[in-house]
Amino acid sequence: MSVLVNKNSKVIVQGFTGSEGTFHAQQMIEYGTNVVGGVTPGKGGSLHLDRPVFNTVAEAVEKAGADVSIIFVPPAFAADAIMESADAGIKVIICITEGIPTNDMIYAKSYVKERNVTLIGPNCPGVMSPGEAKVGIMPAFIFKKGTIGIVSKSGTLTYEAVDQLTKAGLGQTTAIGIGGDPIIGTTTKEAVELLMNDPETEGIVMIGEIGGGMEAEAARWIKAHGTKPVVGFIAGQTAPKGRRMGHAGAIVGGADDTAAAKMKIMEECGIHVVQSPADIGETMLRVLKK
Amino acid sequence: MNIHEYQGKEILKKHGVKIGEGIAVDSPEAAVEAAQKLTELTGAKIWVVKAQIHAGGRGKGKIVGTDYRGVMVAKSLDEVKLKASQILGGTLVTIQTGPEGKKVNKILVAADVYYPGTSEPKEYYLSILLDRGTGRNVIVASTEGGMDIEEVAEHHPEKIFKEWVDPQVGLQPFQARKIAFKLGFEGAAFKDAVTFITKLYKAYVASDAAMIEINPMLKTSDDQILAVDAKVALDDNALYRQVELANYRDITEEDPLEVEAGENHLNYVKLDGNVGCMVNGAGLAMATMDVIKLSGGEPANFLDVGGGANAKTVEAGFRIILKDPNVKAILINIFGGIVRCDRVANGVVEAYKAIGDIKVPIIVRLQGTNAEEGAKIINESGLKVKSAVVLKDAAKLVNEAVSGLL
Repeated sequence: MSVLVNKNSKVIVQGFTGSEGTFHAQQMIEYGTNVVGGVTPGKGGSLHLDRPVFNTVAEAVEKAGADVSIIFVPPAFAADAIMESADAGIKVIICITEGIPTNDMIYAKSYVKERNVTLIGPNCPGVMSPGEAKVGIMPAFIFKKGTIGIVSKSGTLTYEAVDQLTKAGLGQTTAIGIGGDPIIGTTTKEAVELLMNDPETEGIVMIGEIGGGMEAEAARWIKAHGTKPVVGFIAGQTAPKGRRMGHAGAIVGGADDTAAAKMKIMEECGIHVVQSPADIGETMLRVLKK
Repeated sequence: MNIHEYQGKEILKKHGVKIGEGIAVDSPEAAVEAAQKLTELTGAKIWVVKAQIHAGGRGKGKIVGTDYRGVMVAKSLDEVKLKASQILGGTLVTIQTGPEGKKVNKILVAADVYYPGTSEPKEYYLSILLDRGTGRNVIVASTEGGMDIEEVAEHHPEKIFKEWVDPQVGLQPFQARKIAFKLGFEGAAFKDAVTFITKLYKAYVASDAAMIEINPMLKTSDDQILAVDAKVALDDNALYRQVELANYRDITEEDPLEVEAGENHLNYVKLDGNVGCMVNGAGLAMATMDVIKLSGGEPANFLDVGGGANAKTVEAGFRIILKDPNVKAILINIFGGIVRCDRVANGVVEAYKAIGDIKVPIIVRLQGTNAEEGAKIINESGLKVKSAVVLKDAAKLVNEAVSGLL
């Protein structure tokens, strides 16, 4: 099994006809993802990549039965795209766009929460269930179907972890890139919980970074409810206080959101914390053999 | 984006938030004129000269080589001129600037607002920022003004009040009243405080601020509430629609290398270690810095080249990293997903040749699409570049480099 996206997901691409949307939609289709169409306001009725283009998400839901959406629209319009999807009844919204104003995301998050919709991202690589569906921008060839679930705030660091797991002979159920912004739709804890409840997932890799309290919240939840081994890594052990490290959310504010503080609480909660990102795959292999 | 106190106050004033009046100037003569103007405007006979730099702790900080502080009271126009001349052009070292300090190019001459009257002036604390946990803006208030709020939080958490704002309806009047009551205001001061809080929140939202901190917020001796200081940070992602506020950027406050990197669309943060790095993706870049540390080095920078690691971006990255004299080795760590490793490798070789003689060892770790081909290109280039595919091997090479073995 997998979580969030699978073979049966009917995926639409918002920002379908733009260069990013086109490129990644093509890649997703090649992987076998069931892309049922896309949305570009004003281009409805045409065909793109042999699939229908709709003017609105509501139309895509009505005519193509879409239930998952991936968003590539520019930052100024992305929060609107998220809300449009939520309003149209899309159940899983995955927003790749980086650089959305925080004010916009405060509204969008509140809006999707009220409608009981799952939002992944923004500023994320997407969600991948190997052998089922790729709804994101990750390189598919490093993945392998298997039993490890991954939750990560970062794109390429996720690929690093996936690659190590695959080379260690460990495939993946679903990799969830939750995003590196200060406001994201699905928290580390919520993503871990999804994987913890997935019967096929046997182990979880949780990758965080400096800033915010999501990893600590997830760690406490794991201590109380966890049933599977978790390997954890926090990026930014060498990051100075008060400097933003690329991701809008990656900034040390106080004593609680440093890498050291997060690693400590994760260890206390029974997570197998690795110091080096090079040890993620091996550690998972060792932990599973116990 | 951080902005200066005087700029923050301009935003506040525009939205009707009461501030201690002041005029920003860049010469002692202009400081005297500003003081005179403030006297006409407010009747003030005492002024405060405040260094405008992007760092806190100015009042306790010192101008290098003098006994002058970053914030000083002046009781005559002669004092204004003297203090302005000492602070302007000086280097101010505060608890937040680091030992190298920051050059003061501008000062704010402000009218004194601690004048005597029917009641004692009293300082408070008020800030608005994003609460990441709830995804909402939160107003933080305290009766302990003029102090470091983190210290207050540690020793007197009961003196800090928080009010979260529901994004669907915005700040409600009852919430502003609640804060004003909790701070103990009465009468005219209470009314003024409610107005202050309400307008400040409007200013925060309208300017796409990431944080506004008023410390201290002052109740004057005649029961007015006003901002004596204003620390404002703006949301970088929203600057495209805050065209006017985007002009507040002061690049003299930024590291020149970081400015140059930004012009090349590179995300670079200068650090003080000895191993430079160039990585695609922010998370992997931070993780690469950690690998450098675990390998016995110290990261000299954070550098995310983003999705398109090509000859041009790599060359720009090389040039920026090599300007830092502390750099003894460079680690390039690219996980090729969409971008192919052989292309990146060719880019590295091209960039290397374009720069010419690079004195420090370079380690190129390429993993992902066409990783082996990438390593081959690097190894056969004849350049002083070592290649690795697995992260562990790259770490080992970093260790050799910092030990002088490469």
